[in-house]
Amino acid sequence: MKKALIPLLIFIVLVGFLAVGLSLNPRQIPSPLIDKPAPAFSLSALDAPEQKISVQDLRGKVWILNVWASWCVACRIEHPLLVEFSKTGTVPIYGLNYKDKRDDAIGWLAKFGNPYTRSLSDPDGLVGIDFGVYGVPETFVIDKTGVIRMKHIGPVTPEVLRDDIIPLVRKLGA
Amino acid sequence: MRSLLRCLALLLWACALALSALPLVAKEAPPTAADPALEARVMAIAEELRCLVCQNETIAASHADLAVDLRKQIALKLQAGQSKQEIVDFMVARYGDFVLYRPALNARTLLLWFGPFLLLLVALSVLILNIRRRRRATDATDWTADKAQRARDLFSEGDRRP
Repeated sequence: MKKALIPLLIFIVLVGFLAVGLSLNPRQIPSPLIDKPAPAFSLSALDAPEQKISVQDLRGKVWILNVWASWCVACRIEHPLLVEFSKTGTVPIYGLNYKDKRDDAIGWLAKFGNPYTRSLSDPDGLVGIDFGVYGVPETFVIDKTGVIRMKHIGPVTPEVLRDDIIPLVRKLGA
Repeated sequence: MRSLLRCLALLLWACALALSALPLVAKEAPPTAADPALEARVMAIAEELRCLVCQNETIAASHADLAVDLRKQIALKLQAGQSKQEIVDFMVARYGDFVLYRPALNARTLLLWFGPFLLLLVALSVLILNIRRRRRATDATDWTADKAQRARDLFSEGDRRP
């Protein structure tokens, strides 16, 4: 009797592994950059190409870096939420305009609203590579000392904003 | 019969056509550098790196935008005199261990590398134990002369049948 149960037990263990495997999102690859200093960059502002903004300029405040592009369809999903969130003034959101054309990007913001304190142009995607960006949109939370504390891949959902981003930003003292 | 042959010939011809077109489809992504020697070195490194967009392809095989950019980065870094290890480290620092197409052997991947062998070992020992137990069971002394006689009778009974 006991012996007959062994295959069943093995089967249950297997099903357990498969169930866990199915519930994981293969797109969510843990970033090695969490709890590491944000990569250094100096990029021109989207609205004022002659003006450079560097990572040092943002020291001393908690900020969010949102990677976006006008060609990115998934960005449109999270965009209204970001616009709403920016109105609360909880935390400054900086946009990293990833591999985009300036005119397209400015037109896109005019059409859908601009939640960004500033947007930075990364036309070749080199800063994107430094941040380990592989799927736009991506969102980073960076603390006062310039350390990356959180990364979210894919569109920000109301749940992620409410349960992860806002509590973290509060904790970091925005 | 003849129409069948013709049909077969047509099929063969179609297969040949499909095969001749195949290399065009399966060819690796277009080169990023004009210098073939550099290109070969770029591809050798790109073969070792996973494309994070398509996940089951290497950066060498992928047509994704990111893969093209990363191949460009590899070429630039090679031209700047960086070693393969430096370039791989650059990628791992940004994208994590997942970027390595062949998983690194470290404490976190021990089970991944040796788990199958462990399972094989377990399965083999279960098998050996089972065989031994069965042999012991058949060795048991309940094979009596009486039973042997019955078995012989049964065999000879079969012989007598028409």
